[in-house]
Amino acid sequence: MIEKIARLQAFLDARPYAQFLGARADARDGNLVLVLPFSPHLIGNTALPALHGGVIGAIMELSALSQLSLDHPRHSPHQTIDVTIEYLRPGRAQTTYVSAHLKKVGRRIANIQVEAWQDSPAQPIAAMRGHFLLGAEG
Amino acid sequence: MSEVPTDRVIVDRMANSTPQAIALGFEAISMAEGRAMMRAPWREDLVEVVGSRALASGVITTLMDHCSGMAVAAVEEDRFPTATLDLRIDFLRPAAPGAGVMVEAHCYKSTDTLAFVRATAWDASPDDPIATVQAAFVLNGPQSPRPTL
Repeated sequence: MIEKIARLQAFLDARPYAQFLGARADARDGNLVLVLPFSPHLIGNTALPALHGGVIGAIMELSALSQLSLDHPRHSPHQTIDVTIEYLRPGRAQTTYVSAHLKKVGRRIANIQVEAWQDSPAQPIAAMRGHFLLGAEG
Repeated sequence: MSEVPTDRVIVDRMANSTPQAIALGFEAISMAEGRAMMRAPWREDLVEVVGSRALASGVITTLMDHCSGMAVAAVEEDRFPTATLDLRIDFLRPAAPGAGVMVEAHCYKSTDTLAFVRATAWDASPDDPIATVQAAFVLNGPQSPRPTL
């Protein structure tokens, strides 16, 4: 698991936008997770306050791409084709955890499902499913 | 499409008082009759991968979510979105290296409780889009106080 965390962290370190968000790698309950510590610049609704919906969508897409890259390293990067994001609860001003599950990886297309939570994985704040184009082998 | 903002207060609130929109440098271009336009300027610290020079898809996701919410607010003042229900994004191609991204969103249907929005993102021309969005929002009722977004 320590090696997996290091590989996810290296994936994030190579991405300026992931650094802008403040995303980092960790493990929870034996699973690799992407962690987004709260930071004031992530707020989208100052009244609640709540994380911006775009930020939640972005870290779920990052989680999917990183999991795919870790499990299926390729010569060229994988690309996002489409994502559907369901917002289930407001993302509050606290740390968010994200975990991706590869539902099917074919020759060219991967189907990935992602969940984001704060207090407990049993109470997700958002869910995402998406299609991803696998990078060329080489 | 009108380039004249009809509600400068909402435009300012959406573009200038939302911390994430400020952090990403979003600029409100226009807002009228259920349509909104916003722009995200290119920035080196917001690219996807070191060396790629293309704005990260997450920036485009956030801009499209934000601009879609603004389009809902552009229908009428008491139709203000409280939450995004779902957001479907098709990524048609990467943003051009070094290019900012423009989004136009259209709230084509709203009821007392729901609003439906389509949006398109592009860099050079709306005829060659980067991404398209279909989104649904929950609205606050006409009687409830308007939240600060």
